Amino acid sequence: MSLPAAGLSHTRYPSRARNGREALHAEWTKLRTVTSTGWLLLGAAVLTIAVSIAADAAATCSSSGCQADTAKLSLTGVQAGQAIVAIIAVLAVGNEYSTGMIRITLTAMPRRLTVLAAKAALVTGLVLAAAAVGVLASVLAGRLILPGHGFTAAHGYPPLCLGNGPVLRAACGSVLYLALIALFTLGVATAVRETAVAIGLVLGLLYVFPVVTSVLGNHHWQRHLEQIGPMTAGLDIQATVDLKSLPLTPWEGLGVLALWAAGALMVGALILRFRDA
Amino acid sequence: MTTITPYRSTAREPRDGFGQLLHAEWTKFRSVRGWVIGMIIAVLVTVGLGVLIARSTGGSCAAGNGHTQHAVACGQPTYAVGPGGVLVQDQFYFVRQPLAGNGSITVRVTSLIGLSPYTGPGPLPAPQRTSVPWSKAGIIIEDGTRQGSAYAAMMATGSNGVRMQWNYTGDTPGLPGAVSAASPRWLRLTRDGDTITGYDSADGTRWTRVAAVTLAGLPSTVQAGLFVTSPRQMMYSATLGSGTMNTSPTEATAVFDHVSRTGAWPARAWAGDDIGAGGIQVSPASVGSHQAAGRFTVTGSGDIAPLIAGPTNDGPNITVRDFLLGTFAGLIAVAVVATMFMTAEYRRGLIRTTLAASPDRGRVLAAKAIVIGSAAFVAGLAATAATVLVATHIAQRGGGLFSVFPEPWPTELRIIAGTAALIAMAAVFTLAVATIVRRSATAILIAIVALVIPFVLSAPPGIPSSLVDWLLRITPAAAFALQQPAPQYYQVQANYLASSGYFPLAPWTGFAVLCGWTALALALAAYLLRRRDA
Repeated sequence: MSLPAAGLSHTRYPSRARNGREALHAEWTKLRTVTSTGWLLLGAAVLTIAVSIAADAAATCSSSGCQADTAKLSLTGVQAGQAIVAIIAVLAVGNEYSTGMIRITLTAMPRRLTVLAAKAALVTGLVLAAAAVGVLASVLAGRLILPGHGFTAAHGYPPLCLGNGPVLRAACGSVLYLALIALFTLGVATAVRETAVAIGLVLGLLYVFPVVTSVLGNHHWQRHLEQIGPMTAGLDIQATVDLKSLPLTPWEGLGVLALWAAGALMVGALILRFRDA
Repeated sequence: MTTITPYRSTAREPRDGFGQLLHAEWTKFRSVRGWVIGMIIAVLVTVGLGVLIARSTGGSCAAGNGHTQHAVACGQPTYAVGPGGVLVQDQFYFVRQPLAGNGSITVRVTSLIGLSPYTGPGPLPAPQRTSVPWSKAGIIIEDGTRQGSAYAAMMATGSNGVRMQWNYTGDTPGLPGAVSAASPRWLRLTRDGDTITGYDSADGTRWTRVAAVTLAGLPSTVQAGLFVTSPRQMMYSATLGSGTMNTSPTEATAVFDHVSRTGAWPARAWAGDDIGAGGIQVSPASVGSHQAAGRFTVTGSGDIAPLIAGPTNDGPNITVRDFLLGTFAGLIAVAVVATMFMTAEYRRGLIRTTLAASPDRGRVLAAKAIVIGSAAFVAGLAATAATVLVATHIAQRGGGLFSVFPEPWPTELRIIAGTAALIAMAAVFTLAVATIVRRSATAILIAIVALVIPFVLSAPPGIPSSLVDWLLRITPAAAFALQQPAPQYYQVQANYLASSGYFPLAPWTGFAVLCGWTALALALAAYLLRRRDA
């Protein structure tokens, strides 16, 4: 028995561009048809907003010179929202390994790095959208709530406004921060493959730096650890006042997180490329 | 005639089913290399972070490098040590005479006024008359004038009524209300052997016994007399990421009259001493006393109280609890293992074999809980014991900028064993959650959010403390209270912050909260495991 000739004409290798487009489409279908993706994206935005509002409501300023950074304060929720963002990224990879789907995926799309790139692009896009909603709503909440708690122009705190350069940097930077957290997590999850291990590793790495630096007696070490920690350095982007006291400038801080993300993705890509699935 | 012996199988009696079940679960646990490695990582992470923290507190002074810009003298500061090894602040103005043998002293206090000379940053404002809640004026019997002496005292306070206090940590309330000329307070202390009894009265005729305390080994001649002291006021304010503390010394002036004594007192005049001058609190120039027509006016500054540890307080900055800050990272590793101990069964379909082999599903869950709990307890005990021993050694050897708060051994034991129990119970909690939700990602997320995030929020300054305290009362993370390094004394005003290890719940109460959550989760897990198809 022989294959019909029409079938053979389709077996020519597709171009790289088409390959990428198809990979994107396949990954999009996988993400879209899992109900948890939508809920988690919604959860990331809602948690970011809720925690930001709680922080706004708990802060007070009774006189001038409260030494508060209102932009950073109103974006507190990013620290909680990042946990959900990490879950989204972990599940994008971990689900494939836990169900064995990865073998089908890699059979259908043998270019493994293309698969990873498609996943990274889609997860980044989705997280950017959710983060933009969460961050914009947080800034808006800060603009509405904070003046009622003493952060008034009379005390030296004009209402938050995205037209203000540093506030805009903090807001856009926070969106990028969440996207970089997603990429970092995706890299870790691709490397370790196991959902629980990946989540534990990422959240441990994020939170260990701020906790440990809070008790270090040696300020030199403290500063160094804050410079290398993915969360401590990355969140420098949220600072709008007293930039000189930061261990890194805002963009340098975000750059450190970008290095973590690039490193994790590179390790993940190498392991995906050279290890059996 | 032949005797017929009934057949008896030579095979051994079947072993107790639950023992076998435990053995089976233990075999599953130990034969997965990743899980054993996970437990080892938990130990290494905890110890490693403890060593890092200890080295950062100890080394910089001994090395003599130029990085430290803080004007802190090298060498560990010395603290006065009270009875029972408690670090104390012992600073007050003492108008005294020796009392040989048994006897008593009675006074009337007609006025106690606090003065706060300095109330924050900026230029010195005019001194303000304030009510310092724990300014103290009264009578005291001490075994000597050394700082940290054993004592018992009756006192009027700024706004906490009459108290009897002894040996720095003891405190019993007497008459409520503030002192004024219109409503004076009469105080009396009686010494009988090692027992000192305190009385108070509003009119000098009807007396009420407040408390009787025993000061073991009191010498036959003691120092007794009038004292006044007034603690620093501390204001702590935190914004995100940084906390600032303002302290302002205060002083108090009290007027005493109707001083009467029984027993063997010398005939010479009263001696005035600024006990502990140059201690924690700089004495204002105004401290002293003068006596006219049986009236004593005494001004003092300082406190007679236990030192409170923590960077925002007067005591040593570093406690054993700070070395154990890495516990949360170890806890994440243990939670990951506990999650997979259950979810791997579902992922591989092994759960069907497990349940076929032992159909009583509740017992399977119990066996799993015991195995993972025991493994986590052993790992936790190894981690905490090693961390405390190694880190304390490093911090003390360095002789650096910070001294370590000394713990009495029962507290240290509670911190070590309690942390191990916390890790064990957290593992069981995570296992139960994993049984309920069956999926690794959800289970580990719930475990981390419930056990770790509230603790992480409490560590750096700046998250509103009301929010943190609330979380540390109701979430499973309340069990971190087991690491509390020292009690909170309601009679000592200080910054009892969760970031320094002062938790809103008592140590074992906090642990009970975690146990309650675990029991709830286990019950739900057992119910669902029975009701659902595997």
